[in-house]
Amino acid sequence: MIKIENLTKHFPGLDRPAVNKLSLEINEGEVCVLVGPSGCGKTTTMKMINRLHEPDEGEVYLNGKRASEMNQIDLRRGIGYVIQEIGLFPHMTIKENIATVPRELGWDRERINKRVRELLDLMGLDPEIYSDRRPAALSGGQRQRVGVARALAADPPVMLMDEPFAAVDPITRARLQNEFLRILDKMDKTIIFVTHDINEAIKMGDKIAVLREGELVQHSTPEELLDAPANEFVAQLVGRNRSIKRLHLIRVEDIIEEDADKYSVAAESGRKEIKDKLSESKVGALMVTDEQGCLLGRVDEQSLKKEGETAGELVDEIHDQVTADSTLNDSLSVMLESGEGYVPVVDEEKGFFRDIITLQDLLQEVRQG
Amino acid sequence: MEVIGYMIHRSEMVQRLFLEHLWLIVVSVGIAILVGVFLGVLISYFKFLASPVLTICQVLMTVPSIAMLGLLLPFFGIGFQTGVIALILYSLLPIVRNTYSGIAEIDQAIIESARGMGMKDYRILFRVKLPLAFPVIMAGIRTATVMVVGIGAIAAYVGAGGLGELIFNGISRTNPPMIITGAIFVSIIAVAFDLLLGWAERAKTIKY
Ligand SMILES: Nc1ncnc2c1ncn2[C@@H]1O[C@H](COP(=O)(O)OP(=O)(O)OP(=O)(O)O)[C@@H](O)[C@H]1O
Ligand SMILES: [Mg+2]
Repeated sequence: MIKIENLTKHFPGLDRPAVNKLSLEINEGEVCVLVGPSGCGKTTTMKMINRLHEPDEGEVYLNGKRASEMNQIDLRRGIGYVIQEIGLFPHMTIKENIATVPRELGWDRERINKRVRELLDLMGLDPEIYSDRRPAALSGGQRQRVGVARALAADPPVMLMDEPFAAVDPITRARLQNEFLRILDKMDKTIIFVTHDINEAIKMGDKIAVLREGELVQHSTPEELLDAPANEFVAQLVGRNRSIKRLHLIRVEDIIEEDADKYSVAAESGRKEIKDKLSESKVGALMVTDEQGCLLGRVDEQSLKKEGETAGELVDEIHDQVTADSTLNDSLSVMLESGEGYVPVVDEEKGFFRDIITLQDLLQEVRQG
Repeated sequence: MEVIGYMIHRSEMVQRLFLEHLWLIVVSVGIAILVGVFLGVLISYFKFLASPVLTICQVLMTVPSIAMLGLLLPFFGIGFQTGVIALILYSLLPIVRNTYSGIAEIDQAIIESARGMGMKDYRILFRVKLPLAFPVIMAGIRTATVMVVGIGAIAAYVGAGGLGELIFNGISRTNPPMIITGAIFVSIIAVAFDLLLGWAERAKTIKY
């Protein structure tokens, strides 16, 4: 799909090339993550793909066609681009921002409106609320999403994403990553994703390309990168705690046993049922669910001391939860944050309680790895 | 009292000169906006032209107005057109400079993302650069207009008409009410333009 051959770029005033004889192949539908320290040429590589920079040497092929021979404007319209700084147009509304490429392509108004709503929905932003706002009235995470939506607008087969989740806090970032992976699942896009966070690379990538001073050091799957780092530099980048890094690779839904019944009681259950089930629960608590199966909170021995007859009356607030498509590492962070040895898992779309995941489960995974 | 008496007595002439003056300013600034914004945009693309163009505009502005009119007179003759040309030359600097700096100050990431999405250069200019530079350009236009209202009075010297006639004739006839009437109406035009353009600048400026 994308083939990069011998790509080299010098900038005046730099003693070494920003990108040096880089060759890389990215298959259709694959997420390739470019990772490496600041200044290693990640952004420069991206910009040579959509020809914001012209390479000094080498060539980029898209579906076998030379990028250098394609019309620059057409080439760029076929490649969704999320720049490192997001770069939303501050004087335009969110809707106008997202509509940029469709408008350049001359879509009619109705089609544009429909597409904008679709994308805002996809990004979890209510079109009624956000369509007519300007970027300044959005949080950092919301702006990132709009940046991604804008790049997706004309449904380009290729996406270049330059640290799209860099400007947000770790919790929001984990959520955006999970959402994005979920969205990706539904689309068939070839993606080059830049980050300098190795954990993000492991989590997001089908393949990872490690760059150093403009040169490719290793190009492999995340598993291979963890198992067999090509050299000391990659080993350093990956870090010593490789078994913990592996937690980025595994999703919660891959290890839970769907024991929702065992760890939950319905809101209308009485004290007797709660007591019986509590004695069985290995975490000393039960999740309380409503008739749809969504989480209301939890009960434990402490809650039984309160006034009230049913679980719905005794229920205590819950610290946090993870969605089934989160990684084990996400759930570890949540456990550390909340100070509990477990965290409830809910369905990412419907919000049903599915199971709980415990620190023990995580330790077991680390030992196996 | 004398002044008001004069105004009422000669109201027809004052009104005519007032409108002439206004017309002189509107025509001059109108053309200056077209030329100035064009030049400002041009030098934002061809950076090597920026310094010479801005220097020339700067020099033009420092020429004393009487000298400027005297210099233009042999080429354009007596009349409205000479006044207009002088006023255009005076108002270029703030407009060109603000257009140029307004565009230059735009966050490069915004331009880069526009280019990366495949917007054509002229579309980027009209949909992104000019709207974002608008408040700065508008401030330049406002400065130019207010400045030129004053200089416009001197244009009467080359027969361009306007309130300057009251002032010049007042001086030669030692008629203070006439001079003061001219001065008051020049000030009124200046303040009115300042308020109007200031309002337009704010109304079109989006807070971000
Ligand atoms: N337009 C430019 N002119 C001159 N030098 C540049 C230019 N763009 C990048 N460079 C230099 O090229 C090198 C690679 O830059 P690049 O932006 O590709 O790094 P990066 O891997 O994206 O880093 P980061 O993680 O900080 O974004 C750096 O040394 C940088 O200073
Ligand atoms: Mg970069």
